[in-house]
Amino acid sequence: MEKILQVNDLHISFDIHAGEVQAVRGVTFDLYKGETLAIVGESGSGKSVTSKALMRLLPTPPSRIKQGEILFEGKDLTKLSEKEMQSIRGAKISMIFQDPMTSLNPTMTIGKQIMEAILKHQKLSKDEARKRAIELLQLVGIKNAELRMKQYPHQFSGGMRQRVVIAIALACNPKILIADEPTTALDVTIQAQILELMKDIQKKLGMSIIFITHDLGVVANMADRVAVMYAGKIVEIGTVDEIFYNPKHPYTWGLLASMPSLDHKDTELYSIPGSPPDLLNPPKGDAFAPRNPYALKIDYELEPPMFQVSDTHYAATWLLHEMAPKVEPPAVVRERMERFADIVARKGGKPRG
Amino acid sequence: MARYTLQRFVYMIITLFIIATLTFFLMKLLPGSPLQNQEKLTPEQKALILKEYGLDKPVPVQYIQYLGNLLKGDLGVSFQYDNRPVTELISDRIGPSAQLGFQAIVFGTIVGLILGIVAAIRHNHWEDYTATVIAVLGASIPSFVLGGFLQYFIAVKLQWLPVAFWEGFKYTILPTLALSVGVIASIARFMRTEMLEVLSSDYILTARAKGISQAGVIIKHAIRNSLIPVITILGPMTVNLMTGTLVIEKLFAVPGLGEQFVRSIELNDYPVIMGTTLFYSALLILAVFIVDVLYGVVDPRIRLAGGKK
Repeated sequence: MEKILQVNDLHISFDIHAGEVQAVRGVTFDLYKGETLAIVGESGSGKSVTSKALMRLLPTPPSRIKQGEILFEGKDLTKLSEKEMQSIRGAKISMIFQDPMTSLNPTMTIGKQIMEAILKHQKLSKDEARKRAIELLQLVGIKNAELRMKQYPHQFSGGMRQRVVIAIALACNPKILIADEPTTALDVTIQAQILELMKDIQKKLGMSIIFITHDLGVVANMADRVAVMYAGKIVEIGTVDEIFYNPKHPYTWGLLASMPSLDHKDTELYSIPGSPPDLLNPPKGDAFAPRNPYALKIDYELEPPMFQVSDTHYAATWLLHEMAPKVEPPAVVRERMERFADIVARKGGKPRG
Repeated sequence: MARYTLQRFVYMIITLFIIATLTFFLMKLLPGSPLQNQEKLTPEQKALILKEYGLDKPVPVQYIQYLGNLLKGDLGVSFQYDNRPVTELISDRIGPSAQLGFQAIVFGTIVGLILGIVAAIRHNHWEDYTATVIAVLGASIPSFVLGGFLQYFIAVKLQWLPVAFWEGFKYTILPTLALSVGVIASIARFMRTEMLEVLSSDYILTARAKGISQAGVIIKHAIRNSLIPVITILGPMTVNLMTGTLVIEKLFAVPGLGEQFVRSIELNDYPVIMGTTLFYSALLILAVFIVDVLYGVVDPRIRLAGGKK
C-alpha cells in the first residue's frame, strides 16, 4: 500500500517556566492511502499534540519540534515556512476538532466559513465557491443547504455543527483528514451518525483519516490500524484486530480491561492504577513501569525498543524479549479476547485486517 | 424591532422623569439662592424678584410647576444670562462640547483599539508592555492633570498649539487629547483582554487549520468577536467623557455646555442646572440605546433573539 505520510522519530517539547515538558518523545508511524489510523491513549499521552504538530498548529513558543521529520508528498513538513504550511492546511491536510460548539466562528455565517476555505485554496469565483459550499453541506447531510448557508452557528445543533465543521475540512478534497476526538462532545446517537458520515465520506473521497480518540468503542468501529500512545510515545501499533485480539503491551491490556461492555459481570469497572508520569521529568526506563503489574527489573533501567510481532504489529515492551518470562494477559483481557474471537466466529467472518 | 424600540422609548421617558425629580430636590438642597451675590438689592426688591420667578412658593409646588412646563417643552429662563431661555442657552453652547466629545471618542476608540489589538498580537513582547503602560497611565492620570501638562509643555514651552480658547480646529487638539486618554486606556485594556481570549479560542484554530494567514485570521475572525464586549463599555465611557468635558472646558476656556453648567451651579441658576442635567441625561440614555443597537449589529445571536418578537 502507498504511504501518504511518514512520521519519523518526532520529538515535541513545550518550554514553560518550570522547564521543558517533553510532550512527544519519539513518535514514528506511517499513514497509508485510504486507511483510518486511530491514535488512542489517555489524556496527556501526546496524541493531540502529535496531531496538531502534523498541521504545525502548535503555538511556537512555547512549543517546538525538537527533532524528527514529517514527510508528506516528498516534503518535510517540519521544515516548511509558515506560508508554505498555509497552502497545505485546509487544502491537502484538514483537521476537525473536538467541540463543535466552539469550533465555529459565532459571528460569521456558515456559508462564509465554508467558502473561506474554498476561496483560499482554489481559483474559483464567489458564485462557484457558493455552489461548491452548498454541495458540501448536502454531502454532509444538511438539508435546506441554501437556506442554512445564510445562518449562524448558534442556529445549528451540536451534531449539525460538527457536520458543518466536517464540510469545512472537506472543502478542498484533502488527502488527509485529522479528526481530534470529533465525537467526544456529542451524545451517543449523534456520535454514531457522525462516525457513519465520516466512514461514508471516506469511501466516496478516498482520503486517509487520522482519528484521535480515547474511546476504544469508536476505534473498533472506525479504524483499520491503531496506535496506542503512552507518555509521549507509541507503545503498540497494529491492525485493529491485532490490537483488540492479540494485544502485547501491558498498557494496551489495561486499556482493554477498562473498557466497559454490555455483559459486564463485575460491579466495578477496572481502571489502570496510578497516573501517567510527569513529562517535565520523564522517568528512566519504561514510562509505564510504575503502573505495570508485569514490570521487569529492566523496565526501570532501560527503555524497551519496538519488538516486531507481525508484519504490521509492533509493541514496545520487554515482555516480548526472548529472555523475558512468559506472561499471560490478565484474566479479564483473556476473557475479552476469547469473547471477541467468539463473536467473529458466530458471524462466520474473519477478523478484519 | 419596532416594539423593542417603543419599549426602550417608554423606559427612557420614565428614567428622565426620575432624574428630573431627583435633580430638582437635590438642587433645592444646595445652600444659597440665585440672589446671594446681589448686595445692592433691598430685601423688598429681592422678594419681588423671587415672586416673579415663583421661587417664593413651597418646593413641592415649584416642582409641580416645573414638571408642567417641562411637559410643554419649556425649560424656563436663566436667572443669570439676561433672561434667555434655557433651550436657547443649550443650543448656543452645544457646538463646542459636541465637537470635543465626538473627536475624543472617535480618536480614543481608534487609538485604543489599535493599541489593544497590537498588544494582544504581540503578547508578552515589548509592544504589549508599552501598550499596558500607556493604558495604566491613561487610566490613573485624571484628564485635567494631563490637560495642564499638555498646556504647559506643548502650548507654553514648545508653542506648537494654542493654550486655550476656541477659535478653530487647532484649538480643539489639546482638549481632545486630554479627554481621549481615558478612552484610549479603557478601550485598549478591554480590547487586549478580549482579543487574547478570542485568539486562544477553538474557532481561531479552525480558521488557521483552513490555511488562512495570521493577518486574515485576525482581521476576519478575531477583531469582530473581540469587539462585542468592548462595545458594552462605550456606554459608561460616554458618561465619563461628559463629566470629563465639564472640567476640561473650564481648563481650556472652551465656550461649551460644561463650562456653562459649572457656572450655573456656582450661581444657583436653577433652570440652567435642571435643563443641562436633563439634556446630559437624555444624551446618555440615547448613547446607551445606540450601544444596544450596535451590539445587535455585531453579534448575530443578539440580533436574532430580538428579531423573533
